[in-house]
Amino acid sequence: MKNKHYPLLIIGGGPAGLSAAALAAEHGLACALIDEQAEPGGQIYRAIESIPEPHAKLLGSEYQRGKGLAQAFRNSSADYLPETRVWSLNADLQIGATRQDQAYMLSAERIIIASGAMERPVPFPGWTLPGVMQAGAGQILFKTAGLVPDNGVVLAGSGPLLLLLAWQYLHAGVEIKALLDVTPLGNHLTALPKLPKALLAHHYLTKGIAYQIDLKRAGVPMYLGVSDLKAEGDEKLQTVQFKHRGKTKTLESELLLTHFGVIPQIALTEAAGCRHDWDGNQQCWRPQHDDWGKTSIEKLWIAGDGAGINGARSAEHAGRLAALDVLQSLKLIAVEKRDQLSKKDRQWMLADRHIRPFLEAYFQLPKSLLTVPQDDTVVCRCEEISAGEIRAQVNNGHDNSNQLKYFTRCGMGPCQGRQCSNAVAHIVADCSGKNIPETGLFRGRPPIAPLTLKQLAAMDVEEQT
Amino acid sequence: MNSDVIIIGGGLMGASCALQLSMRGLQCIVLEKDSPGRHASGANAGGLRQLNRDPAEIPLTVEAAKMWRNIEALVDSDCDARFPGQIRLAENKQDLAKLQQRADLVTQLGYHHEEMIGEDELYQLVPTLTPGCVGGLICRQDGYGRPYHTLTAFRRKAESLGAQFISDAKVQSIQQQGESWQINTDQERYSGGVLLNCAGAWANQIAEQLDETVPLEPRALMLMVTERLPHFVDPVLGAASRKLSFKQMQNGTVIIGGAQIAKLDFAREHTEIDWPTMVECAKTVLRFFPQLGDVRIVRAWAGIEAIMPDNIPVIDASQTFANAYHAFGFSAHGYQLSPIIGRIMAGLITDGKTDFPLHPFRINRFQTENA
Repeated sequence: MKNKHYPLLIIGGGPAGLSAAALAAEHGLACALIDEQAEPGGQIYRAIESIPEPHAKLLGSEYQRGKGLAQAFRNSSADYLPETRVWSLNADLQIGATRQDQAYMLSAERIIIASGAMERPVPFPGWTLPGVMQAGAGQILFKTAGLVPDNGVVLAGSGPLLLLLAWQYLHAGVEIKALLDVTPLGNHLTALPKLPKALLAHHYLTKGIAYQIDLKRAGVPMYLGVSDLKAEGDEKLQTVQFKHRGKTKTLESELLLTHFGVIPQIALTEAAGCRHDWDGNQQCWRPQHDDWGKTSIEKLWIAGDGAGINGARSAEHAGRLAALDVLQSLKLIAVEKRDQLSKKDRQWMLADRHIRPFLEAYFQLPKSLLTVPQDDTVVCRCEEISAGEIRAQVNNGHDNSNQLKYFTRCGMGPCQGRQCSNAVAHIVADCSGKNIPETGLFRGRPPIAPLTLKQLAAMDVEEQT
Repeated sequence: MNSDVIIIGGGLMGASCALQLSMRGLQCIVLEKDSPGRHASGANAGGLRQLNRDPAEIPLTVEAAKMWRNIEALVDSDCDARFPGQIRLAENKQDLAKLQQRADLVTQLGYHHEEMIGEDELYQLVPTLTPGCVGGLICRQDGYGRPYHTLTAFRRKAESLGAQFISDAKVQSIQQQGESWQINTDQERYSGGVLLNCAGAWANQIAEQLDETVPLEPRALMLMVTERLPHFVDPVLGAASRKLSFKQMQNGTVIIGGAQIAKLDFAREHTEIDWPTMVECAKTVLRFFPQLGDVRIVRAWAGIEAIMPDNIPVIDASQTFANAYHAFGFSAHGYQLSPIIGRIMAGLITDGKTDFPLHPFRINRFQTENA
């Protein structure tokens, strides 16, 4: 392995990471960007350099924006460590990573985490059946392999990405059997006061409306205010059941793609021991940070959706702000210079975020979905722990996520609680009458990405600094 | 709040003492600065091991083993305890000689729980073990349990008999006023006739308040656990000349330890896994089970333990104050002893005596040596 100690390491190759790396390198800082994928782009601009032109067009102009970011990063002097998975990060800024089966340790003077978002996992009856997938998985297949479902699809959930995916599928010729929107109808009212500010970033709204019009025109059955979503079938998905305007409906489908919005990917900040807050508007945990992205751990920054959901454009700016603060902390630029260089990014970022309060209010998920009311619904897929088992233990006095984890093993499987921690927070709070912040977040335990005994045994520790 | 006994520390020792004292009709309050079992008691490897203990601990561990066999009668839960035996592996003649010496020592002391086995029996017991080992030292009654479940069972049973566990109550000061102990916590003030220090890695701070200095060192021992695997090994395994603790649990996961030490920020109560150190641990596992190379490590963690210089606990009455007692410093092997410690302490507190030889565990043994 090459250089194992860097002045700055950036984890994540999406918009925040790419722009942070390009800016830091531009100022002469020797930095490296670590990313799981084989090419830059992250989730949002996945495969941006290699996607065939017709597919890229289908993905829309926002997607194409990633090209410029990737290019600027490629042109910079930043080191690029692709196909590298970080399985450990600690408060001393030591990183355990694996590339091509080889585990090794890296360290840095400063780290910017640009881990991005993940789809919010929402357990509902039948969500673990084969044939039920998250919409993001559908998007990955489309972006990387041009694959779309053959036999039609039911889309269900809430949030802008659901609409976007429906629109992309429509144009790719996929049969959309139905779009089931679980956003409560009452949200229209609660979001209304936030609309004027949102109009300042109206391109987001107009785009959303345009998607809806296209889908309607194409005759896609759209159900609003859907509840009691259920996936059913022996061995694999056969039917999707839901309630709409008081009536139970059933659709036949081999594929159900769900999307319930995105939440910050906090495995890295958790592993490092950063403090996290519950964000009631975004209904998720996110790391504490100042307005440069600096976390509760000295020398560790977070930028982009990993810090709280604000979208791809905002992430670019946040990446640059974090990089500027890092440069300042290393005395490579003065405070005044940092502040001056940050002005435009800060303005753009604020402007871009005008839409957020409206989106957050509009797409608030109902408690009846988040608290997993059906006792037999599996919450922890790894350890197969049901909502009922969790509730039983909360009623038994284990009203803290970590105690619950010790006791039920919920969150102790290979995903390390990534899939269940949010649902557990909602269930424990609902059942115990506590506020969610009081229920506590699962303590992060490494490794946060797969690591085998063989890889660990073969890890080169001699060269470690 | 007032009670007969104030126990400081809501770990397994505190819970076991609370249970035994409650069974004898005494009112107990257990003060826990965090939540019960937050550190070593919830995060240990769960070994139920008599094998290879310090000779001073043998009378205690043998009696504890009897209690474990019947643990459900005591706490209404089997604590997921299983008894497939524990074996220390011998890789060569030197190892065998070392283990034989140990076996002879145990026999001389009049005990029979540890015995030598040869290569044939070893491979009958562990057919999946890599070829080349030559035998081992076995304790057939040993096994493992689930620590947090055990703690909860002890706590629940004690609570059902009237004991009270107070979480998030950090002790600020301790004073003896007349016949009574006054304990100020960051919550409220508690008082009781007897004080019992079961504060684990923090016990020296409590002892300090009683003007007793003990060379306790807090340390966090690392453990890791694998993904679930088909059943492949019954006994818990250690090795005569390597750091290893290796067991497959009921659910198929394998817990791997070996007394490797994590980085510890004691003031913040924060542990960091030291991966370069864990490399040795992974190598040792693959030395004995090369077929596990592609098995995924799911989680690594470290619980904060109290380590004494001689690796045996303090089990004693206070030498400076009447009506104060200590049970701490179990040096990363207290889990198995926990049921008997409750009985011993309850005996000391209620009858002023115990049948067990506690001389090796006295609190002032370190001063005596220095003097």
